[in-house]
Amino acid sequence: MTGNQGGFQDWLREDRLPHIYCTGCGNGTVINCTLDAVDKMGWTPENTVFISGIGCSSRAPGYIVTDSLHTTHGRAIPFATGVKLSRPDLHVVVFTGDGDLAAIGGNHFIHACRRNIDLTVVCMNNFIYGMTGGQGSPCTPMGAISTTTPYGCNEPPFDLASLAVAAGANYVSRWTSYHVRELTKAIRAGLETPGFSLIEAVVQCPTGYGRKNRLREAGAMVAWMRDNAVLMQKWRRMQEEGLPLPSGAFPVGEFVRRNLPAMGVLE
Amino acid sequence: MQGNTACAEGALAAGCRFFGGYPITPSTEIAELMARRMPKVGGTFVQMEDELASIASVIGASWTGTRAMTATSGPGFSLMMENIGYAIMTETPCVIVDVQRGGPSTGQPTRAAQGDMMQCRFGSHGDTSIIAVSPASVQEMYELTAKAFDLADRYRVPTFVMTDEIIGHMRERIAIPDAVGITPRRPLEQGSLPFAAGEDGVPGFPAFGNGYGVHVTGLTHDERGYPSSTDPHVHARLVSRLVEKVEGARREMADFTVTNPDAEVVFISYGAPVRSVEQAIRDMDDGRIGHLRLRVVWPFPDFALAAFTSARVFLMPELNLGQMAREAARLTNVPVVPVPEIGGELHLPDRLIALAEGYL
Repeated sequence: MTGNQGGFQDWLREDRLPHIYCTGCGNGTVINCTLDAVDKMGWTPENTVFISGIGCSSRAPGYIVTDSLHTTHGRAIPFATGVKLSRPDLHVVVFTGDGDLAAIGGNHFIHACRRNIDLTVVCMNNFIYGMTGGQGSPCTPMGAISTTTPYGCNEPPFDLASLAVAAGANYVSRWTSYHVRELTKAIRAGLETPGFSLIEAVVQCPTGYGRKNRLREAGAMVAWMRDNAVLMQKWRRMQEEGLPLPSGAFPVGEFVRRNLPAMGVLE
Repeated sequence: MQGNTACAEGALAAGCRFFGGYPITPSTEIAELMARRMPKVGGTFVQMEDELASIASVIGASWTGTRAMTATSGPGFSLMMENIGYAIMTETPCVIVDVQRGGPSTGQPTRAAQGDMMQCRFGSHGDTSIIAVSPASVQEMYELTAKAFDLADRYRVPTFVMTDEIIGHMRERIAIPDAVGITPRRPLEQGSLPFAAGEDGVPGFPAFGNGYGVHVTGLTHDERGYPSSTDPHVHARLVSRLVEKVEGARREMADFTVTNPDAEVVFISYGAPVRSVEQAIRDMDDGRIGHLRLRVVWPFPDFALAAFTSARVFLMPELNLGQMAREAARLTNVPVVPVPEIGGELHLPDRLIALAEGYL
């Protein structure tokens, strides 16, 4: 890789590679899509800041050439709030994961949605705590095996995208690491929308999640996403028509795009 | 003017332009004043969802090069410990005002205490060092809050204004200077590594949005700012520097006054109890009682104790069960006697006089 090729490669800190992600991890896909979207916005490393909490997803800013804050567990959004309110001219993007965002950072998450502060949050939802070796998270599906749910998860999971809609975010969508083009477009839409944007990217974690849940191969997990993701339009039609929603299926697409009053938008 | 008002005005005069806070007695007036004043001076006030978020927002704001602060009291202070450790590790200048009340836990929301003096020093996990000032009057609330910003910027370390409910809610006449001298953060020289420090142990500051492309992490990091969390040498070098840049500068930043250095019986005080000690010395009016009065409390000015060459005993009135007294005791061979007062009342000068006379 050499510099100035255009696209995401210009944004990578090459002296930090290779990265720490496991073979088959989906996070790299999401980072790629995010950098592609940021680049297409015409933003530069000088006016863009990446901020993250703790976990696999949160290592991403360390591989990007911009100013970046790798903060404490769950707190990326309030750090980002301070940066954005002090310098509204900077573009602030948060990388987070399901544990970071929905468990320890849950309160910060819903309040940032309520404030509708002008941040774009990209959440890599791998259903698991990857960095610590595969413990259950607030997004672990019912019945799934993790090191802390050895008999199957018996807690219902959070629906992050719906949570963000209910809490007031201006833009919310969900895609997966299978839907690369759609994911990139969705992140782009989030970056363009003033106010709070959440893009939930469902990603495979073959090491921490797949191995225990009969999805050992990365390819098998990506195929699982492809086969279980239902386009939002179809999902809503099935709901309206009272058709049974297949077990394990989940909606992907745009959950909301609106223009509620936002905070931290450059005037 | 009220102490808490003076605190906020001192911060604004020092160029503070970001306040992230959460309401808590007895510090709330500081947030209320900041909410009114910040928009008028082009700054930002934000009420966050809790104290975890307040201090996080302050650290984020500080990385844009803005002078930033928060104010709280015991229960909120406890919540801030996590990100105070982050600010220490990432060398983020910020000012944290703790208007102390009785603890532990919810304790006495409306009564004064000095029970958080060790928490500000040792509240974070890991080896750390910080700076703390302690005002004893409304005038000093203004002056020392302003000074805290200079200290935070100079040493790139969280700096605490350790005050209490008495000083925070007291009303006194103060003289507001036309301008407060400000020594701004030294910027990082372009081309230098972001966490490479000079002889004073303090790296230049690479504010966001200036093309530095700095990566800031709470993980142990090398001089480039890159995580290096398993190399023992990198960790030892970093953490030793973070401690030494503060501890090694204790003379440079020392701020105390010495009264009657030839005295054999000497009070040591900081914060509200200073007032009781000063009254006791005025009442005795014979120069037999000495007083070491601290404005910068951490790092503790160990050498100041040596100014009292005839001291037979140090008496240390505090609104706790003897926190800083333990620090003083480990720095001198002269006996240090804690004079605790908890529950919210200040030491009565008569009690201090009777105590001192017992040693004369």
